[in-house]
Amino acid sequence: MARVAVTVPASAKRGEIIEIKTLAQHVMETGFRRTQTGELLPRDIITEFVCRYNGVEVFRVELHQAVAANPLIAFTTLATESGTLEFTWSGDNGYLANYKAEIKVV
Amino acid sequence: MRVAAFLVAAFCACIQAGEIPLAERRSGYEFMGRETRAMQDDDTTNPALFALQDGEALWNRRDREQSCASCHGDATASMKGVAARYPAIVGGKPINLEQRINACRLEHQHAPAFAYESKELLALTAYVGRQSRGMPIAIEANDATRPHIEAGRALYERREGQLNLACSQCHDDNWGKLLAGSPIPQGHATGYPIYRLEWQGMGSLERRVRNCMIGVRAEPYAYGSLEYVQLELYLMWRARGMKLETPAVRP
Repeated sequence: MARVAVTVPASAKRGEIIEIKTLAQHVMETGFRRTQTGELLPRDIITEFVCRYNGVEVFRVELHQAVAANPLIAFTTLATESGTLEFTWSGDNGYLANYKAEIKVV
Repeated sequence: MRVAAFLVAAFCACIQAGEIPLAERRSGYEFMGRETRAMQDDDTTNPALFALQDGEALWNRRDREQSCASCHGDATASMKGVAARYPAIVGGKPINLEQRINACRLEHQHAPAFAYESKELLALTAYVGRQSRGMPIAIEANDATRPHIEAGRALYERREGQLNLACSQCHDDNWGKLLAGSPIPQGHATGYPIYRLEWQGMGSLERRVRNCMIGVRAEPYAYGSLEYVQLELYLMWRARGMKLETPAVRP
C-alpha cells in the first residue's frame, strides 16, 4: 500500500499564506543501480506530484532520478476559500497515491 | 604531593582522553543541521513515520493464530519504557530488542524469525522503540550486566582494521571535529533503529557499527553476534540517562 502523510492547517484566515508538507513512501529506485550479479535494477520513481485546491491546480512537481527515497515536498499557497485540497502522486509501474484534506477559511 | 597527583592525572590524560564525562554527553542530534533536526522533530515529516505505521500493522497482524497484541495488548501502554532497558540479559547472555522480538515470534507465535535488517524487523523494532521516546535510557551496571558491558567496552577501545583505529579514538577523543567534512558525533546509540538519509531508509545500530567497521577496513561481525550485542550494551550503558529518540533521523 502506498502510504502518504500530509500536513495542512485545519483552518486559516482568508489571504493567509499556509504551509503544506507532504511525505510519500516510495523507494525512488533510480534505474542506474545494478545488483551484485550485474543486472540493472529497473527505474521505479514517482514522476509527478500535483496539488489541487477546489479543483484548481496550485502546485506541481516533476520528479526525476536524483530525488531521494520517501520524498518530502513542502510548499506554500494562499488560503482563498474553504474547501478541499487534493494531492496526487503518480509514477512508474502504475504508482498512484491520493490524499484529500479539508481546510476552513474564515 | 598535590603536584605529583596533578602530574599523574596529566599523564593519564595524555595517553588516553578517556570516557566523556556524563555532563558533557551530547546526542548525535545536536551535531546535525537545522533542517535534519526539524525533520526528526516533526512526526509528520520524519520519514521513519512509514516504518512506524508498518510496525503498528505488524503488531496487530495475526501470524500463526497470534499477534503481538494478543499477548501484549496496546503497545502504547505495554511497551512503554521497554526499549530503554535493552539490550537485556536473558540466560546469562545479552540480547537486543530485535532478538527479543524474534525470540517472541519463535517461542510464542511459533512463526519464523524475521531476518536481520528486514523491513519487518526494523518496522516492529522502531514501533516498539517509539513507545519509549523521550524516556531516559535505563541500563544499569550490575552483576549480570557488568561482564558484558566490560566486554563491550573492550571492543570499543580495541584498535582494529587496516587503519588500526578504535571506536573510542574518534567518538571519545575527537568528537566535534570534522571527518571528511562531517562532524564526528559522540556515538551515543540513542535513536535506533534510525532513518538514515544516506541509506534512504531504516537501519539498526548493528548496520551503523558495521558501516564504521568497514570504514576502518575491519571485518564486521555477523548480524546478531555476541560481540555486536555486547558493544550495543556498552553503548547504551554509556548513554544511560540520555533521552531515547527512536526513531531518530541521521544524515
